[in-house]
Amino acid sequence: MMDLFPEILPAIDAALDGEVPMPSADTLLAMAEEVVVAWLAARGEPPDGETVEGFRLLALHRQGCKGTPSFNACRETCREIVFRRNVVVLGEAGSGTAARDTRLLAMTVRHLALFVGGKLAEAGLGDFCCSSRPLREAGAA
Amino acid sequence: MAGDLKKVAYYPGCALEGTGHSYNRSTKEVGKALGLELVELKNWNCCGAMEVKNVDPQVQTYLSARNLTIAQDMGFDTVMAPCNGCYHNLKKAEYDLAHNPHAAEVTERISKKAGHKAYEPGGVETIHALDWIKHGVGEAELRQRAKGKLAGLKVANYYGCMYTRPRHIFPEKDQGTGSESTSKPHFMDDILAAAGAENVEFPLKTACCGGAHSLSDSDISTKLVLNILTTAEACGAEVIATECPTCHSGLEMHQVRAEKVLGRKTSVKILYFTQLLGMALGLSAKKVGVQENLSDPSEFLRRKGLG
Repeated sequence: MMDLFPEILPAIDAALDGEVPMPSADTLLAMAEEVVVAWLAARGEPPDGETVEGFRLLALHRQGCKGTPSFNACRETCREIVFRRNVVVLGEAGSGTAARDTRLLAMTVRHLALFVGGKLAEAGLGDFCCSSRPLREAGAA
Repeated sequence: MAGDLKKVAYYPGCALEGTGHSYNRSTKEVGKALGLELVELKNWNCCGAMEVKNVDPQVQTYLSARNLTIAQDMGFDTVMAPCNGCYHNLKKAEYDLAHNPHAAEVTERISKKAGHKAYEPGGVETIHALDWIKHGVGEAELRQRAKGKLAGLKVANYYGCMYTRPRHIFPEKDQGTGSESTSKPHFMDDILAAAGAENVEFPLKTACCGGAHSLSDSDISTKLVLNILTTAEACGAEVIATECPTCHSGLEMHQVRAEKVLGRKTSVKILYFTQLLGMALGLSAKKVGVQENLSDPSEFLRRKGLG
């Protein structure tokens, strides 16, 4: 497996293992944005700077799907990340669930990074499932 | 959703004859227990899965459409496919034939060559096993029949990626009260809750299980699965309920691989929702094929008074 997102994934793993403090919800959201920006960069596209429903991550995801509808496979993961971030940031102070919600947010960001990392690694192969491209398509392997 | 689901055509697909055999067994047994009849399609063929789609998507549409023709010829207006891949492909064929003239033309041509009539969209509705039980029986009857047998069981419901995507091939979903949601599916949650289970909040319900990467880069699959397993445990789940043979096999296989390769042991159990529902209805663990799963949850099930 390629060493994908060498800063993000180890940082999340270390926080989940309790080796370092858990990043804030907004930092985790920013990590998720960085993951999708990497996907766009691999396609040679700069982020268009838009937001969807007030969130850059959702706009980046929408941009990442253009021409690659299979990227929609992480649509709900991106929406979960935004939802979890809101639960933490807008939740009642002292409710006692913030730490748990932040952990779940971190795990969801980790899933996005693994998924996008996998897609980046497989994109050139044109093989199964969401990485698939018809073999007769121009430029396909 | 078609009206009477008490007797529907059944398309098990290839996986349910192999690695997903316990899903096949438990689906049939649950149907019997609930008075739902399944009539297997005669001489069914592969839905085209993922592989044929890569070679020629139109041939994949034809392959799925042929199964719909068989269902129609057998006098059914509804076919039930428990495998997410099959369900997805049959739905996609239905959509493609209605919206893509080239797909319709290719299906017409191959059907003629194969000596059968071409499927015309609108003739048969494809449903999932979740639709079949949710709409064919309903939660009130399930509640009555299961008598809270799954009480105390904490379940993370995992739907996988193909049950709800792409949204346009599932016109019956996202239609308000009573319909399934593509962003937050809940039919499995509803069914198991009716049987007494306590569903935990689970953020990765529809996240990728890495099934596609299993052959090209197993480490990616193992890490994706491990994240699903650890997240389910962090949510308090004792069991992950599945409704797709590919996801189910992936979760079971990579749970073992994660321990061997990454040294990460997880204890959450992985069972088909039909196995859990079957045991809630009083069927034995053997009857619903628990012994055919890769992992052995028998001690856990005994402790929970199931099976």
